[in-house]
Amino acid sequence: MGLPVPPFAHDVFGPDAIILKGLDGLNWRLKDYEARGGYQALRKVLAEKIPPEAIVNEVKKSALRGRGGAGFPAGLKWSFMPRRFSGQKYLVCNSDEGEPGTFKDRDILRYNPHVVIEGMALAAYTTGASVGYNYIHGEIWDIYERFEEALAEARAAGYIGKNILGSDLSFELHAHHGFGAYICGEETGLLESIEGKRGLPRFRPPFPASYGLYGKPTTVNNTETFAAVPWIVLNGGEAYVNLGRPNNGGTKIFSVSGDVGRPGNYEVPLGTPFAKLLDMAGGMRDGRKLKACIPGGSSMPVLPGGVMMQTDMDYDSIAKAGSMLGSGAVIVMDETRCMVKSLLRLSYFYFEESCGQCTPCREGTGWLYRMVHRIEHGKGRKEDLDVLDNVADNIAGRTICALGDAAALPVKSFVKHFRDEFKYHIEHGKCLVPEYL
Amino acid sequence: MVLSPEALARIDRATAKYPSDQRQSAVMAALTIAQDEKGWLSTETMDFVAQYLGMPPIAVYEVASFYTMYHLKPVGKHKLTICTNLPCALQGATAAAEHLKQKLGIGFNETTADGLFTLKEGECMGACGDAPVVLLNNKRMCCTMTPDRLDALIKELK
Repeated sequence: MGLPVPPFAHDVFGPDAIILKGLDGLNWRLKDYEARGGYQALRKVLAEKIPPEAIVNEVKKSALRGRGGAGFPAGLKWSFMPRRFSGQKYLVCNSDEGEPGTFKDRDILRYNPHVVIEGMALAAYTTGASVGYNYIHGEIWDIYERFEEALAEARAAGYIGKNILGSDLSFELHAHHGFGAYICGEETGLLESIEGKRGLPRFRPPFPASYGLYGKPTTVNNTETFAAVPWIVLNGGEAYVNLGRPNNGGTKIFSVSGDVGRPGNYEVPLGTPFAKLLDMAGGMRDGRKLKACIPGGSSMPVLPGGVMMQTDMDYDSIAKAGSMLGSGAVIVMDETRCMVKSLLRLSYFYFEESCGQCTPCREGTGWLYRMVHRIEHGKGRKEDLDVLDNVADNIAGRTICALGDAAALPVKSFVKHFRDEFKYHIEHGKCLVPEYL
Repeated sequence: MVLSPEALARIDRATAKYPSDQRQSAVMAALTIAQDEKGWLSTETMDFVAQYLGMPPIAVYEVASFYTMYHLKPVGKHKLTICTNLPCALQGATAAAEHLKQKLGIGFNETTADGLFTLKEGECMGACGDAPVVLLNNKRMCCTMTPDRLDALIKELK
């Protein structure tokens, strides 16, 4: 068990990988990246002086959607940056990966850091940002240090800094580390954090494109989103969208965890059937049956196993099935898992991580946690399931950021799909399934 | 001087990443560097960081108390943080946490009598595929921590 240890086979992340293609865990340095064709996209853009508008159009055409969780079209986001604004603009990479089940950015950054640097340099060229920050989750300190090393390599080779490769483009890029706050994965909380404050999300509008870091126009994208950009610039938006499906362009890295044979990251074309992804991850551990799956990170609705087995892994198909692709964290649960206990752990997480700024979330997450706790511990009341639903409804959509929704969605979906199990807990004061968790 | 010249040099390098009128941006790095040197963040240390970066002390306290990896009280020589969130729990983290508690004879948020170990329950570290995951002193991530490997880690640290 555990992720592959370097050196590993070149196709360990899947045969169709583009971001994680050809990696063996040791070949992360600049010379390795260049040998794989790295920094060719940046060279091409600078040599041919491709207009930024043309790159925005290619990215729009590629149907690259935000890989951090929201799935917002990247090209559209870039187009929001004010063109004629002559002052400082910023570019920020969100590597504050703390959504339970998600561990893809860690592998991108440790095994292929330069693809993120090149993607950011291309985005800087396109949006007119001359300074960037990569905000890296504090818990993955070794990855933060490696990224600093990769930055030093890129700087020495002239890929970042002043007059990149002799052109007019100047782009300084720095690493900033978090230190234990899930909320900083929310883009405006992250900006506050870079400013040296508590990571309290900001009310929007104004959006970061007009009022971002230090009040300046800022684009924030996820690590994996930036990592897809060099390929799109080299091969074109149409080629990228053709890798996946219309409106769901390209490949996506799914972090598969839980009750599977080989937990790990698998980069597959969007639209790949869940059954195939599960197979890549070694199938169900110990031959058990699939009971439930959260397809997009703990903040997304859980789906019953039967529904998942009929679902393809892309934004629109998962939405149609009743959940969201989110960050691509696929949490697999087998028939021995208690859904009440599973929800209890997630509810504790949101209670613990709520920043406390908005009353519905600060009070509501505690309320949800305490109610699920009492149901799990045999003290549930008959009316509890309706109250849970009601409390969840009174958090979702009533807070500054999406953490409120993230706390409410699991509760609503667990109770909806596994109501009998919750009822059994309340009526019998114990679990339907034997406890293994 | 509250912090060593080496620590100050590291803080200066962090400060240089940000615009010259935004020294406060380096507060997370500065507190991390200070904590690495001192073991924890006393009011005196935080006041020093505030003065060094030109921030009101309260703004530094706010940051130090918001992010969970800063210690506002002394901790054991080795702080072990184990993630017990759902994906990790599905891959043996609950049993690993129990094993650690038994082995060390302490519960979460407690320190052994000899001051060697503090045990913490953590939230998602973004390494679920490597579960069970233990973070040692905020910096070293120990992966796939089966009971045997936990025992080996404790032995190494003793």
